[in-house]
Amino acid sequence: MSSQPNFTDPLTTAEHWLREGRSVAIATVVETWGSAPRPAGSHLVIDADGNFEGSVSGGCVEGAVVGEAAEVIATGAPRLLEFGVADETAWRVGLSCGGRIRVYVERLG
Amino acid sequence: MLPEQLYRINVARQARRAVATVTELETGRTEVFIEGEAITGSAAVAVEAAFRSGKPGILQGGEQPVFINVYLPPPRIVVIGAVHISQALAGLAPIAGLDLTIIDPRSAFATPERFGHTKLLAEWPDEALAHVPLDAHTALVAVTHDPKIDDVPLKAALDAGCFYVGALGSRKTHAGRVERLSALGVDQEAIARIRAPIGLDIGASSPAEIAVAILAEIIQALRRRDVAGDRRGAA
Repeated sequence: MSSQPNFTDPLTTAEHWLREGRSVAIATVVETWGSAPRPAGSHLVIDADGNFEGSVSGGCVEGAVVGEAAEVIATGAPRLLEFGVADETAWRVGLSCGGRIRVYVERLG
Repeated sequence: MLPEQLYRINVARQARRAVATVTELETGRTEVFIEGEAITGSAAVAVEAAFRSGKPGILQGGEQPVFINVYLPPPRIVVIGAVHISQALAGLAPIAGLDLTIIDPRSAFATPERFGHTKLLAEWPDEALAHVPLDAHTALVAVTHDPKIDDVPLKAALDAGCFYVGALGSRKTHAGRVERLSALGVDQEAIARIRAPIGLDIGASSPAEIAVAILAEIIQALRRRDVAGDRRGAA
């Protein structure tokens, strides 16, 4: 079974990273409206190098959250992000499914 | 959240205990509550509600909004029978986020060689179920084909209100099972909850395909019950 990919949960990954001495941010879906890909409570964990595990959407906004997480890790100040419908003409990051989500990003420790 | 709080959360989740966190969105200050321990503070009522509903959400009304997250123990599959289908199911269940335990008194079948790190109890089901109590968060899958091994845990699963109870075997085999369970005093309504033939009808043939069909049927039973408030499903 050694060829099986890792499918660990994000909080376990976060613990491994912390114990290795890495800086870690955790992003959590705190509110959803309409059709949202992941329910409230879903986690994405990110380290200072931009490695991440888990999801807060179907891959639509993870890139933006990882970028914000770098700031949160640097400053220690939590952020509340909101994502709505993607606007393709403006290249704005968003959800193609038409829903809206709020994502809370905090540094662990 | 502090690293120590995360470690505490992970320890509790490992032990299949429900956990809730209350986070002040402005400061990030977090409190961790573990089910069974004292719940104090202004969010106590909401935390208890979250333990019951399993639903996270934002709570307004205090000095500042807080986010309450809740982690319920993952549903568990108890498999009666360390057979070929069970080997495939043991690989699939963790990917779907389900705990899995296998029980088979036949020690030639229930070997670490065949099952790696899967939780394995080489005991008779009535003994093993003393360590692994069945409950509403458990799916029971009986796949030995042997009434001596399957029947007792099937009855126990129906009595315990397991959200899914499935048994391998043809319609003819199942007719015999229905008679035996009736003789054991199980009522017809309970017996009708047994999914047999087991698994969603996707034309599964190999042991691995049957395992996929069983897992899909378990997920259907798990996700549909909240909406319908009905554990019996269609089978």
